[in-house]
This record gives sequence, structure tokens and C-alpha cells, in this order.
Amino acid sequence: MRGFFAVYLRELLIIWHRLPRMLLSFSVSPTLYLVAFGFGLGKDLSVGGRPYLEFLIPGLVAASSMMQGFGINVEINVARFYLKVFEEFQAAPISNLSYVLGEILSGVTRALLSTTVILIITSLAGVSFHFGPAFWSGVVLNAFIFAALGVTSAMVIKSHADQALVTNFIITPMAFLGGTFFPVENMPGPVQLVLKALPLTHASRLIRQASYGEGLNVTDLYLLLVLAGLCLLLAYWSVDKARD
Amino acid sequence: MKAAKLCARSGTVWAIRVENLKKRYGEVEALKGVTFSVAAGELFALLGPNGAGKTTTIRILCGLTRPSGGRAFFFDCEVFREPIRAKKMAGLVPQTINLDLELTLWENLLIHGLLFGLSRETIKKRAEELLSFAGLFERRHHKVRTLSGGMRRRLLIIRALMHEPRILFLDEPTVGLDPHIRRKLWGLIKRIQQQGTTILLTTHYIEEAEFLANRVAFIDQGEIIVIDTPQALTERLGLFAVDLVKEDGLETHYFPSREEAEEFMVQMGKRGETVTLRRVNLEDAFVHFTGKRV
Repeated sequence: MRGFFAVYLRELLIIWHRLPRMLLSFSVSPTLYLVAFGFGLGKDLSVGGRPYLEFLIPGLVAASSMMQGFGINVEINVARFYLKVFEEFQAAPISNLSYVLGEILSGVTRALLSTTVILIITSLAGVSFHFGPAFWSGVVLNAFIFAALGVTSAMVIKSHADQALVTNFIITPMAFLGGTFFPVENMPGPVQLVLKALPLTHASRLIRQASYGEGLNVTDLYLLLVLAGLCLLLAYWSVDKARD
Repeated sequence: MKAAKLCARSGTVWAIRVENLKKRYGEVEALKGVTFSVAAGELFALLGPNGAGKTTTIRILCGLTRPSGGRAFFFDCEVFREPIRAKKMAGLVPQTINLDLELTLWENLLIHGLLFGLSRETIKKRAEELLSFAGLFERRHHKVRTLSGGMRRRLLIIRALMHEPRILFLDEPTVGLDPHIRRKLWGLIKRIQQQGTTILLTTHYIEEAEFLANRVAFIDQGEIIVIDTPQALTERLGLFAVDLVKEDGLETHYFPSREEAEEFMVQMGKRGETVTLRRVNLEDAFVHFTGKRV
């Protein structure tokens, strides 16, 4: 598994060299959402008997960990099409699984960093939650699933432009509709069915329930574990297909 | 086993053997059954124009591209059956500089060493040796982004040497570089060969193949046309060449001796032709065997 460590270390070094810029960029979107939806629009709103801000923040954590996990596709794209560093991995005596796990773990690391930034910002806003193992397992699983999908999409697509299409048509809508900004249960029945099929909906619910100190939602946990396994297989397959 | 026996019988240890290698992209046949062998310690050049199949051959041998047919061996290892073992024996210097620009020289070498399973101690020792060897030791903690093109090329080459490969693949290692930097790199490549590494080089620079290679294979349109030493290839045509300037280009005549060439020049001079005398070079041989210039 040294190959896995090499791939992961490369990503960690890149994160290290860019850390100040990265942390700054991680804080922009959540701050805007908090100001616009939390303090502005949702100031006098409540959801399920709680202030809207308390509903919103776990959703932001879920959406941000998804975005950062999936966001490794951009790094892989740059490594593959611009820097050609991907060829260094292909020519090395490492398994596809080592490569995939290294990249996924880097996605999870980015997600954990962005989550930490959100939690720091929200603590400044005076909101406190339960950040136990259930909360972090939700964040890690969510990031793992979307990082694996990020690897898959980076391997399958043929250009940067195609990558933007995937993000615009799949990831961005999911960030808004996956139980992040409003309860999915407020939607009409058929729409609810569609939204409950999104992995982010289950991750949001798991993270939110854990944040409220209501324990671990086992159904969502098992569902996300199964999805994580499937997405790992998909990423593994896609790396093998990337050899022309 | 059969392959190993063949090697033993001929007395040559083959570092690379490629048999009937094929690659097809849809309707396009990029490689049409390429066959060649490279002896251990030899510097072997694949010389051909762009699109001849040089890079495809190297990409297949290094596991970057899937072959459509054929077999390849690195020593006793069948490359496509034991890819991990084969990759440990090989170092690749690709045509594109695929270094991590955001990382330092040392970090680039560290990642490569870890990818090839080296210990931290070995990585440190090898990186220091190689950075000194390439004259880059003082820059080891600088980001690659700050290096010149020639320095990046040198780093690319020493990175491929980190795990002490028995075979080094150099894909157009000097393309796009200034002539004086190219010559520096030739010196580096020669020194690597002198240390016992087998080298397979692709190039479309005639003088590069002529200067560096023990043997040259002319490759064109996915086929090996001829393989021999640069000297033997040129001597098949003669030692001296006389170029006649014609309306539709140059017309070249070859002669086994200077006297015969000069006699021909005198005759042509009397007819008012513009003539030039020179030694036969590898480009003449390439034109002769393939019917086109590199």
C-alpha cells in the first residue's frame, strides 16, 4: 500500500503549499450562505421547532463536504490533461486500488478541512452543535462517496469542458436539493421520491440528526456505506478504463 | 523459458524484446507488428517522423497504453503478464514534462521514490546523489515552477533514475530545447548508459540518434524499416554524397570513395550543375530506406 501513501502524500503536499488560499476559499461560500439564508432570509424562520440557522448549518456541512470531495476531479483533471502527472502514476508499479484510495482520501481530507472552517465560522455566530463520532462519520462517508464519484468522472470525461457539465447538471442541483436548504418532506410526494434517491439527502439527514444530538441514523449510515462501496468499485473500474 | 534459451544460445543478454507489437485505434493501425530487441547496456534509438509509432511503442512498453497484439519482455519478465514487475525494472522519461510544478524538486523525487517502494533512507540518498549528478542540488528546495526548461528536463531524467531502473525509456528527451542544452543532456544520457543502464530512445533528430545510439531502428507508419548501427546504415549507401541542385529539390548520388565523388563533381561542373560534396549521414540512410525525410 506504499503506492496509496505516495498518491495521498502528493495531494497533501499540494494542499500544504496552497493552504492559506484554500482555507480562504473554503470560507467564502458558507459565509455567504449563512449571511444570506441564515441571518438574512431565515432570521425569523423555524424548521421542526428549531431556528432555521440550526437547520441550515448541518446542510451546509453536507453540501460543502460533497463539493470538496467531488472537487478532487478538478485536481485529477489538471494532473491528467495539463500536468500529465497521471502518467507518472500509470507507469509506477502500483495497483489501481492504491491510486483510487489515495485520491479519495485526499478528497476526504479537503472535506474535513472545509467542514472545520464552517464549524469555526458558525461557532463565531454563537451556534453550537454535537460534533461526536456520528457527525464525523456522516461527513467522512459523504465525502468518500463524492470523492469516488469525482475520480470516476475525471477518468471518464475527455476534457475540462465536459467536467464543467457534470458539475453544473448534477452536483450543483444536488447541493441545493439534497436536504441542505429545506426539508425534503416539504416537497410533493413524487418530488420527494426523487430527492430521497439522492445520496446527499441521506448524508444531510445523518449529519443533521447527529448535530442535534439525536444519535446515529442507522438506516442512512448503512445506505451510505453501501453507496461508498459501490462508488469505490466504480472509481476502480474507471481508472482501468482510462488506459487508451 | 523458450525466450531465455534463445538468449543463452546467442550469448547476448536481451534487456528488451518486442515481438509483433500491434496497436489499433479504430480504423487506424498505429503499430503494424513491430519487432526488435535491445541488448543489455545498449543505447537503442527509434528514429522516425512524427506519427511513426515511436511514442506509442514506448507508451505500451511502460503500461500507459494497452496493446492490440504482440508480446514484450524485459529480461525474463513478460511485460503484459507481469506489469508490476516490469514497471519496477523500467524508468520512463516522457516527451511532456510531467513534473508537479507546485512541488519542490525534492518533493517530486520523494513521491517518485515512494511510488516505486523505496525506503525514506534510500530516497534521501538517491535524491542527493542524482540532484548532484544533474547539477540541481542547490535548487532542491525550490518549486519546479521556478526552473528553466533545460533544468526541468534534467529533473525529469533523474526522477526516472530514482529507483535505479535496469531499462530507461527516453521519449524525445531533447525536443524543443536549445542546441547547447541539448548537448548537455546528451552528455548526461551517455553517462547514464556508462553506468550500465539499457536505454531505449525515441527521437526525430538525426544527429541525436547518430551521436548517442549504438544501434538505430528506422520506424515509419507503424513499421520498423531497418535496424543496424548508424555506421553500418550509412555505409550501405557509401562514404561520400554529392548533392545536385535541381528545380524540384536535391538529387543525391553516393560514392564509396572521395576520388569517385570528386570525379563525378567535375563531370557535373562541366555541365553547369550546382554540386556539393559531403560525407554520407544518417539522414541519407533514412531517406534511402523510407523514401522520406524525418
